[in-house]
Amino acid sequence: MAESFAFELVSPEKLVLSEQAMQVVVPGTEGYFTVMANHAPVIAMIKPGVVEVMLESGDLRRLLVRSGFADVSPNGLTLLTEQVSDLVDFDAEELEQQIINAREDVHDAKTDEKRAKAQLLLGQLEDAKAAISQSN
Amino acid sequence: MPSLKDLKNRISSVKATQKITKAMQMVAAAKLRRAQMAAEEARPYSQRMAKVLSNISNAMEGREGVSPLIAGNGSDQVHLLVVATAERGLCGGFNSSIAKMAREKARQLQSEGKEVKLFMVGKKGVDALRMEFSNAMVEKIDFREVKHIEFTNAETVGARILEMFENGEFDVCTLFYSEFKNIMTQIPTAQQLIPALSPDKSDNNTADIFYEYEPDEEEILGELLPRNISVQVFRALLENGASEQGARMAAMDNATRNAGEMIDSLTLSYNRQRQAQITKELIEIISGAEAL
Repeated sequence: MAESFAFELVSPEKLVLSEQAMQVVVPGTEGYFTVMANHAPVIAMIKPGVVEVMLESGDLRRLLVRSGFADVSPNGLTLLTEQVSDLVDFDAEELEQQIINAREDVHDAKTDEKRAKAQLLLGQLEDAKAAISQSN
Repeated sequence: MPSLKDLKNRISSVKATQKITKAMQMVAAAKLRRAQMAAEEARPYSQRMAKVLSNISNAMEGREGVSPLIAGNGSDQVHLLVVATAERGLCGGFNSSIAKMAREKARQLQSEGKEVKLFMVGKKGVDALRMEFSNAMVEKIDFREVKHIEFTNAETVGARILEMFENGEFDVCTLFYSEFKNIMTQIPTAQQLIPALSPDKSDNNTADIFYEYEPDEEEILGELLPRNISVQVFRALLENGASEQGARMAAMDNATRNAGEMIDSLTLSYNRQRQAQITKELIEIISGAEAL
Protein backbone atom coordinates (compact mmCIF):
# COMPACT_ATOMS: atom_id res chain seq x y z
CA MET A 1 0.00 0.00 0.00
CA ALA A 2 1.41 3.34 -1.04
CA GLU A 3 1.79 6.23 1.37
CA SER A 4 -0.66 9.08 1.55
CA PHE A 5 0.06 12.80 1.79
CA ALA A 6 -1.73 15.95 2.83
CA PHE A 7 -3.71 17.55 0.00
CA GLU A 8 -5.32 20.97 0.18
CA LEU A 9 -7.42 22.73 -2.41
CA VAL A 10 -7.86 26.39 -1.59
CA SER A 11 -9.96 29.04 -3.31
CA PRO A 12 -10.06 32.70 -2.22
CA GLU A 13 -13.47 32.13 -0.69
CA LYS A 14 -12.63 29.08 1.36
CA LEU A 15 -10.64 25.95 1.98
CA VAL A 16 -12.41 23.63 -0.41
CA LEU A 17 -10.75 20.36 0.40
CA SER A 18 -8.22 19.31 3.00
CA GLU A 19 -7.66 15.59 3.16
CA GLN A 20 -5.13 12.84 2.94
CA ALA A 21 -4.74 11.71 -0.64
CA MET A 22 -3.02 8.84 -2.37
CA GLN A 23 -2.48 10.54 -5.67
CA VAL A 24 -3.54 13.73 -7.38
CA VAL A 25 -3.49 14.52 -11.08
CA VAL A 26 -2.81 18.21 -11.63
CA PRO A 27 -3.38 20.10 -14.91
CA GLY A 28 -0.08 22.02 -15.14
CA THR A 29 0.48 24.59 -17.87
CA GLU A 30 3.31 22.42 -19.18
CA GLY A 31 1.15 19.32 -19.10
CA TYR A 32 -0.73 17.16 -16.65
CA PHE A 33 1.34 15.66 -13.89
CA THR A 34 0.60 13.24 -11.10
CA VAL A 35 1.64 13.92 -7.54
CA MET A 36 2.17 11.06 -5.13
CA ALA A 37 3.71 10.96 -1.67
CA ASN A 38 7.32 12.19 -1.42
CA HIS A 39 7.15 14.04 -4.70
CA ALA A 40 10.05 16.42 -5.29
CA PRO A 41 9.23 20.03 -4.32
CA VAL A 42 7.72 21.86 -7.29
CA ILE A 43 5.86 25.09 -7.79
CA ALA A 44 3.82 24.98 -10.95
CA MET A 45 1.17 27.05 -12.65
CA ILE A 46 -2.04 25.25 -13.49
CA LYS A 47 -4.38 25.77 -16.39
CA PRO A 48 -8.14 25.23 -16.56
CA GLY A 49 -8.71 21.53 -16.34
CA VAL A 50 -9.74 18.61 -14.22
CA VAL A 51 -8.03 17.73 -10.95
CA GLU A 52 -8.36 14.07 -10.07
CA VAL A 53 -7.93 13.30 -6.43
CA MET A 54 -7.61 9.73 -5.19
CA LEU A 55 -8.42 10.01 -1.51
CA GLU A 56 -6.93 7.75 1.12
CA SER A 57 -10.32 6.12 1.55
CA GLY A 58 -10.16 5.09 -2.09
CA ASP A 59 -12.80 7.57 -3.24
CA LEU A 60 -12.13 9.47 -6.43
CA ARG A 61 -12.97 13.17 -6.46
CA ARG A 62 -12.95 15.10 -9.69
CA LEU A 63 -12.91 18.88 -9.66
CA LEU A 64 -12.80 21.47 -12.37
CA VAL A 65 -10.37 24.31 -11.69
CA ARG A 66 -9.62 27.61 -13.36
CA SER A 67 -5.98 28.71 -13.47
CA GLY A 68 -3.91 28.90 -10.30
CA PHE A 69 -0.83 27.43 -8.66
CA ALA A 70 0.28 24.09 -7.34
CA ASP A 71 2.76 23.99 -4.49
CA VAL A 72 4.29 20.59 -3.86
CA SER A 73 6.30 20.73 -0.67
CA PRO A 74 7.56 17.97 1.63
CA ASN A 75 4.47 18.63 3.74
CA GLY A 76 2.09 17.86 0.92
CA LEU A 77 0.35 19.42 -2.03
CA THR A 78 -1.46 22.75 -1.96
CA LEU A 79 -3.51 23.90 -4.91
CA LEU A 80 -4.37 27.58 -5.08
CA THR A 81 -7.09 28.35 -7.57
CA GLU A 82 -9.61 31.12 -8.18
CA GLN A 83 -12.51 28.94 -9.13
CA VAL A 84 -13.38 25.39 -8.31
CA SER A 85 -16.44 23.42 -9.16
CA ASP A 86 -17.17 19.84 -8.41
CA LEU A 87 -17.76 17.86 -11.54
CA VAL A 88 -20.80 16.31 -9.91
CA ASP A 89 -22.73 19.56 -10.00
CA PHE A 90 -20.81 20.93 -12.93
CA ASP A 91 -22.59 23.34 -15.20
CA ALA A 92 -21.69 22.65 -18.81
CA GLU A 93 -23.43 25.81 -19.95
CA GLU A 94 -21.23 28.00 -17.81
CA LEU A 95 -18.08 26.65 -19.38
CA GLU A 96 -19.68 27.08 -22.76
CA GLN A 97 -20.41 30.70 -21.87
CA GLN A 98 -16.83 31.25 -20.75
CA ILE A 99 -15.58 29.85 -24.02
CA ILE A 100 -17.87 32.19 -25.94
CA ASN A 101 -16.61 35.12 -23.85
CA ALA A 102 -13.02 34.14 -24.50
CA ARG A 103 -13.73 33.95 -28.23
CA GLU A 104 -15.12 37.46 -28.12
CA ASP A 105 -12.07 38.63 -26.23
CA VAL A 106 -9.83 37.20 -28.92
CA HIS A 107 -11.92 38.92 -31.52
CA ASP A 108 -12.05 42.28 -29.72
CA ALA A 109 -8.46 42.41 -28.49
CA LYS A 110 -6.76 45.63 -29.54
CA THR A 111 -3.11 44.78 -29.02
CA ASP A 112 -1.28 41.65 -30.10
CA GLU A 113 -0.27 40.97 -26.55
CA LYS A 114 -3.87 40.98 -25.34
CA ARG A 115 -4.93 38.82 -28.23
CA ALA A 116 -2.23 36.28 -27.45
CA LYS A 117 -3.36 36.17 -23.85
CA ALA A 118 -7.01 35.74 -24.76
CA GLN A 119 -6.08 33.13 -27.31
CA LEU A 120 -4.19 31.20 -24.65
CA LEU A 121 -7.14 31.31 -22.27
CA LEU A 122 -9.47 30.18 -25.01
CA GLY A 123 -7.23 27.24 -25.80
CA GLN A 124 -7.06 26.29 -22.15
CA LEU A 125 -10.81 26.45 -21.77
CA GLU A 126 -11.28 24.26 -24.79
CA ASP A 127 -8.76 21.82 -23.36
CA ALA A 128 -10.75 21.72 -20.17
CA LYS A 129 -13.91 21.02 -22.10
CA ALA A 130 -12.20 18.24 -23.97
CA ALA A 131 -10.89 16.81 -20.71
CA ILE A 132 -14.38 16.74 -19.27
CA SER A 133 -16.04 15.18 -22.25
CA GLN A 134 -13.30 12.56 -22.32
CA SER A 135 -13.82 11.60 -18.72
CA ASN A 136 -17.58 11.38 -18.93
CA MET B 1 -41.81 72.81 31.34
CA PRO B 2 -43.16 70.46 28.67
CA SER B 3 -46.75 69.46 29.02
CA LEU B 4 -47.91 65.94 29.80
CA LYS B 5 -48.88 65.40 26.20
CA ASP B 6 -45.44 66.50 24.96
CA LEU B 7 -43.75 64.13 27.34
CA LYS B 8 -45.96 61.29 26.24
CA ASN B 9 -45.14 61.97 22.61
CA ARG B 10 -41.43 62.07 23.32
CA ILE B 11 -41.53 58.80 25.21
CA SER B 12 -43.29 57.06 22.38
CA SER B 13 -40.88 58.48 19.80
CA VAL B 14 -37.82 57.38 21.78
CA LYS B 15 -39.41 53.98 22.15
CA ALA B 16 -39.81 53.74 18.40
CA THR B 17 -36.17 54.71 17.93
CA GLN B 18 -35.12 52.11 20.45
CA LYS B 19 -37.01 49.47 18.51
CA ILE B 20 -35.17 50.43 15.35
CA THR B 21 -31.73 50.41 16.92
CA LYS B 22 -32.48 47.12 18.62
CA ALA B 23 -33.50 45.60 15.30
CA MET B 24 -30.41 46.98 13.59
CA GLN B 25 -28.24 45.52 16.30
CA MET B 26 -29.75 42.09 15.80
CA VAL B 27 -29.42 42.28 12.04
CA ALA B 28 -25.79 43.34 12.42
CA ALA B 29 -25.16 40.43 14.77
CA ALA B 30 -26.51 37.97 12.25
CA LYS B 31 -24.56 39.53 9.41
CA LEU B 32 -21.44 39.69 11.54
CA ARG B 33 -21.43 35.95 11.99
CA ARG B 34 -21.54 35.42 8.25
CA ALA B 35 -18.97 38.11 7.53
CA GLN B 36 -16.64 36.74 10.16
CA MET B 37 -16.93 33.28 8.70
CA ALA B 38 -16.18 34.58 5.22
CA ALA B 39 -13.13 36.43 6.52
CA GLU B 40 -11.87 33.33 8.30
CA GLU B 41 -12.46 31.06 5.34
CA ALA B 42 -10.48 33.38 3.12
CA ARG B 43 -7.48 33.30 5.39
CA PRO B 44 -5.95 29.98 4.25
CA TYR B 45 -5.71 31.21 0.67
CA SER B 46 -3.83 34.40 1.46
CA GLN B 47 -1.58 32.55 3.90
CA ARG B 48 -0.66 29.87 1.36
CA MET B 49 -0.23 32.55 -1.26
CA ALA B 50 2.17 34.44 0.99
CA LYS B 51 4.13 31.23 1.55
CA VAL B 52 4.51 30.50 -2.16
CA LEU B 53 5.41 34.12 -2.76
CA SER B 54 8.14 34.17 -0.13
CA ASN B 55 9.50 30.88 -1.50
CA ILE B 56 9.85 32.32 -4.95
CA SER B 57 11.16 35.68 -3.91
CA ASN B 58 13.81 33.89 -1.88
CA ALA B 59 14.82 31.94 -4.94
CA MET B 60 14.85 35.11 -7.00
CA GLU B 61 16.89 37.08 -4.52
CA GLY B 62 19.89 38.85 -5.93
CA ARG B 63 18.86 38.30 -9.50
CA GLU B 64 18.42 40.88 -12.22
CA GLY B 65 15.09 42.03 -13.52
CA VAL B 66 12.98 41.65 -10.41
CA SER B 67 9.41 42.74 -11.07
CA PRO B 68 8.64 46.40 -10.26
CA LEU B 69 5.70 45.14 -8.22
CA ILE B 70 8.25 43.94 -5.66
CA ALA B 71 11.14 46.29 -6.16
CA GLY B 72 9.13 49.42 -6.96
CA ASN B 73 9.83 51.56 -9.99
CA GLY B 74 12.58 53.51 -8.30
CA SER B 75 10.52 56.56 -7.47
CA ASP B 76 8.13 57.53 -4.69
CA GLN B 77 6.75 60.80 -5.99
CA VAL B 78 3.13 59.83 -6.60
CA HIS B 79 1.23 57.93 -3.94
CA LEU B 80 -2.01 56.10 -4.52
CA LEU B 81 -4.10 55.61 -1.41
CA VAL B 82 -6.76 52.95 -1.76
CA VAL B 83 -9.36 53.72 0.89
CA ALA B 84 -11.84 50.94 1.54
CA THR B 85 -14.88 51.88 3.61
CA ALA B 86 -18.46 50.75 4.04
CA GLU B 87 -21.48 51.63 1.93
CA ARG B 88 -23.67 52.53 4.86
CA GLY B 89 -23.32 54.68 7.93
CA LEU B 90 -24.67 54.18 11.44
CA CYS B 91 -21.75 52.02 12.45
CA GLY B 92 -20.01 54.12 15.05
CA GLY B 93 -16.53 55.32 14.27
CA PHE B 94 -15.87 52.68 11.65
CA ASN B 95 -15.90 54.82 8.50
CA SER B 96 -14.53 57.94 10.12
CA SER B 97 -11.54 56.19 11.66
CA ILE B 98 -10.47 54.79 8.28
CA ALA B 99 -11.06 58.15 6.64
CA LYS B 100 -9.13 59.90 9.39
CA MET B 101 -6.14 57.63 8.96
CA ALA B 102 -6.13 58.14 5.19
CA ARG B 103 -6.55 61.90 5.62
CA GLU B 104 -3.58 62.14 7.97
CA LYS B 105 -1.42 60.10 5.63
CA ALA B 106 -2.47 62.21 2.65
CA ARG B 107 -1.72 65.46 4.49
CA GLN B 108 1.64 64.19 5.61
CA LEU B 109 2.55 63.16 2.07
CA GLN B 110 1.38 66.47 0.67
CA SER B 111 3.45 68.40 3.20
CA GLU B 112 6.46 66.38 2.03
CA GLY B 113 5.78 67.63 -1.46
CA LYS B 114 4.48 64.30 -2.80
CA GLU B 115 1.50 63.95 -5.07
CA VAL B 116 -1.45 62.08 -3.63
CA LYS B 117 -4.13 60.23 -5.54
CA LEU B 118 -7.10 58.58 -3.93
CA PHE B 119 -8.83 55.40 -5.00
CA MET B 120 -12.09 55.18 -3.11
CA VAL B 121 -13.77 51.86 -2.51
CA GLY B 122 -17.09 52.39 -0.80
CA LYS B 123 -19.42 55.37 -0.67
CA LYS B 124 -18.89 56.54 2.88
CA GLY B 125 -15.21 57.20 2.39
CA VAL B 126 -16.02 59.44 -0.55
CA ASP B 127 -18.44 61.41 1.62
CA ALA B 128 -15.87 61.83 4.36
CA LEU B 129 -12.97 62.94 2.18
CA ARG B 130 -14.84 64.82 -0.54
CA MET B 131 -14.44 68.22 1.10
CA GLU B 132 -10.69 68.14 1.24
CA PHE B 133 -9.50 65.86 -1.52
CA SER B 134 -12.13 65.98 -4.25
CA ASN B 135 -9.46 66.79 -6.84
CA ALA B 136 -7.26 63.92 -5.79
CA MET B 137 -9.92 61.26 -6.19
CA VAL B 138 -9.01 59.49 -9.36
CA GLU B 139 -11.24 56.47 -9.04
CA LYS B 140 -14.40 55.50 -7.20
CA ILE B 141 -15.86 52.05 -6.92
CA ASP B 142 -18.78 51.10 -4.76
CA PHE B 143 -20.28 47.75 -3.98
CA ARG B 144 -23.72 48.96 -3.03
CA GLU B 145 -25.36 46.42 -5.30
CA VAL B 146 -23.23 43.57 -4.03
CA LYS B 147 -24.69 41.48 -1.25
CA HIS B 148 -21.73 39.24 -0.59
CA ILE B 149 -18.25 40.28 -1.54
CA GLU B 150 -16.80 37.73 -3.90
CA PHE B 151 -13.35 37.35 -5.27
CA THR B 152 -14.40 38.80 -8.62
CA ASN B 153 -15.26 42.09 -6.85
CA ALA B 154 -11.76 42.30 -5.48
CA GLU B 155 -10.38 41.40 -8.88
CA THR B 156 -11.98 44.44 -10.50
CA VAL B 157 -10.27 46.65 -7.93
CA GLY B 158 -6.98 44.78 -8.29
CA ALA B 159 -7.07 44.96 -12.07
CA ARG B 160 -7.71 48.70 -11.98
CA ILE B 161 -4.79 49.27 -9.59
CA LEU B 162 -2.46 47.24 -11.82
CA GLU B 163 -3.62 49.07 -14.91
CA MET B 164 -2.85 52.40 -13.30
CA PHE B 165 0.53 51.13 -12.16
CA GLU B 166 1.41 49.94 -15.65
CA ASN B 167 0.41 53.32 -17.06
CA GLY B 168 2.79 54.92 -14.59
CA GLU B 169 0.05 56.85 -12.82
CA PHE B 170 1.55 56.22 -9.39
CA ASP B 171 4.68 54.87 -7.74
CA VAL B 172 3.59 53.66 -4.34
CA CYS B 173 0.25 52.13 -3.42
CA THR B 174 -1.13 51.85 0.10
CA LEU B 175 -4.36 50.16 1.09
CA PHE B 176 -6.47 51.46 3.98
CA TYR B 177 -8.99 49.23 5.68
CA SER B 178 -10.09 48.16 9.11
CA GLU B 179 -8.82 44.95 10.54
CA PHE B 180 -11.29 42.89 12.51
CA LYS B 181 -9.90 42.01 15.94
CA ASN B 182 -13.14 41.29 17.75
CA ILE B 183 -16.61 42.78 18.06
CA MET B 184 -15.43 45.62 20.25
CA THR B 185 -12.19 46.46 18.49
CA GLN B 186 -11.52 47.15 14.86
CA ILE B 187 -8.11 48.48 14.00
CA PRO B 188 -7.76 50.86 11.07
CA THR B 189 -4.78 49.57 9.11
CA ALA B 190 -2.57 50.87 6.34
CA GLN B 191 -0.91 48.25 4.21
CA GLN B 192 1.57 48.92 1.46
CA LEU B 193 0.68 46.99 -1.70
CA ILE B 194 3.17 48.26 -4.26
CA PRO B 195 6.08 47.83 -3.92
CA ALA B 196 5.28 44.77 -1.86
CA LEU B 197 7.05 44.72 1.45
CA SER B 198 9.28 41.70 1.63
CA PRO B 199 7.52 38.94 3.52
CA ASP B 200 8.64 38.12 7.00
CA LYS B 201 11.47 35.65 6.73
CA SER B 202 11.55 34.65 10.37
CA ASP B 203 8.76 32.11 10.04
CA ASN B 204 10.06 30.66 6.83
CA ASN B 205 11.03 27.09 7.48
CA THR B 206 11.08 25.91 3.90
CA ALA B 207 13.80 28.29 2.79
CA ASP B 208 16.47 25.62 2.49
CA ILE B 209 14.37 23.29 0.36
CA PHE B 210 15.25 23.30 -3.26
CA TYR B 211 12.17 23.89 -5.37
CA GLU B 212 11.69 23.23 -9.01
CA TYR B 213 9.62 25.64 -11.01
CA GLU B 214 7.36 24.90 -13.90
CA PRO B 215 7.49 27.11 -15.97
CA ASP B 216 10.42 29.19 -14.70
CA GLU B 217 10.43 31.47 -11.66
CA GLU B 218 10.00 34.69 -13.57
CA GLU B 219 6.90 33.54 -15.35
CA ILE B 220 5.29 32.24 -12.19
CA LEU B 221 6.16 35.39 -10.33
CA GLY B 222 4.71 37.43 -13.18
CA GLU B 223 1.39 35.65 -12.69
CA LEU B 224 1.54 35.46 -8.95
CA LEU B 225 2.21 39.10 -8.11
CA PRO B 226 -0.80 40.64 -9.86
CA ARG B 227 -2.98 37.97 -8.34
CA ASN B 228 -1.50 38.69 -4.96
CA ILE B 229 -2.74 42.29 -5.23
CA SER B 230 -6.29 41.08 -5.80
CA VAL B 231 -5.97 38.64 -2.93
CA GLN B 232 -4.82 41.39 -0.58
CA VAL B 233 -7.69 43.60 -1.69
CA PHE B 234 -10.11 40.73 -1.22
CA ARG B 235 -8.82 40.09 2.27
CA ALA B 236 -9.12 43.78 3.12
CA LEU B 237 -12.71 43.87 1.83
CA LEU B 238 -13.69 40.87 3.91
CA GLU B 239 -11.99 42.22 7.03
CA ASN B 240 -13.82 45.47 6.38
CA GLY B 241 -17.11 43.64 6.04
CA ALA B 242 -16.69 41.94 9.39
CA SER B 243 -15.42 45.13 11.04
CA GLU B 244 -18.36 47.13 9.74
CA GLN B 245 -20.91 44.75 11.18
CA GLY B 246 -18.99 44.52 14.45
CA ALA B 247 -18.81 48.29 14.75
CA ARG B 248 -22.48 48.66 13.87
CA MET B 249 -23.45 46.08 16.44
CA ALA B 250 -21.51 47.86 19.17
CA ALA B 251 -22.85 51.27 18.13
CA MET B 252 -26.44 50.06 18.01
CA ASP B 253 -26.07 48.31 21.34
CA ASN B 254 -24.96 51.64 22.80
CA ALA B 255 -27.81 53.48 21.12
CA THR B 256 -30.35 51.00 22.45
CA ARG B 257 -29.01 51.38 25.97
CA ASN B 258 -29.04 55.18 25.73
CA ALA B 259 -32.60 55.13 24.48
CA GLY B 260 -33.53 52.94 27.45
CA GLU B 261 -32.00 55.44 29.87
CA MET B 262 -33.78 58.27 28.17
CA ILE B 263 -37.12 56.49 28.39
CA ASP B 264 -36.56 55.89 32.10
CA SER B 265 -35.83 59.53 32.85
CA LEU B 266 -38.70 60.76 30.66
CA THR B 267 -41.12 58.36 32.32
CA LEU B 268 -39.97 59.60 35.71
CA SER B 269 -40.64 63.25 34.89
CA TYR B 270 -43.93 62.27 33.22
CA ASN B 271 -45.12 60.55 36.41
CA ARG B 272 -43.92 63.42 38.56
CA GLN B 273 -45.82 65.92 36.52
CA ARG B 274 -48.93 63.79 36.47
CA GLN B 275 -48.77 63.53 40.25
CA ALA B 276 -48.26 67.28 40.54
CA GLN B 277 -51.31 67.88 38.39
CA ILE B 278 -53.48 65.55 40.46
CA THR B 279 -52.33 67.27 43.65
CA LYS B 280 -53.07 70.62 42.12
CA GLU B 281 -56.58 69.58 41.13
CA LEU B 282 -57.25 68.17 44.58
CA ILE B 283 -56.12 71.40 46.22
CA GLU B 284 -58.41 73.35 43.94
CA ILE B 285 -61.40 71.17 44.82
CA ILE B 286 -60.67 71.26 48.54
CA SER B 287 -60.12 75.00 48.70
CA GLY B 288 -63.24 75.48 46.59
CA ALA B 289 -65.27 73.40 49.09
CA GLU B 290 -63.82 75.31 52.07
CA ALA B 291 -64.81 78.63 50.58
CA LEU B 292 -68.46 77.61 50.48
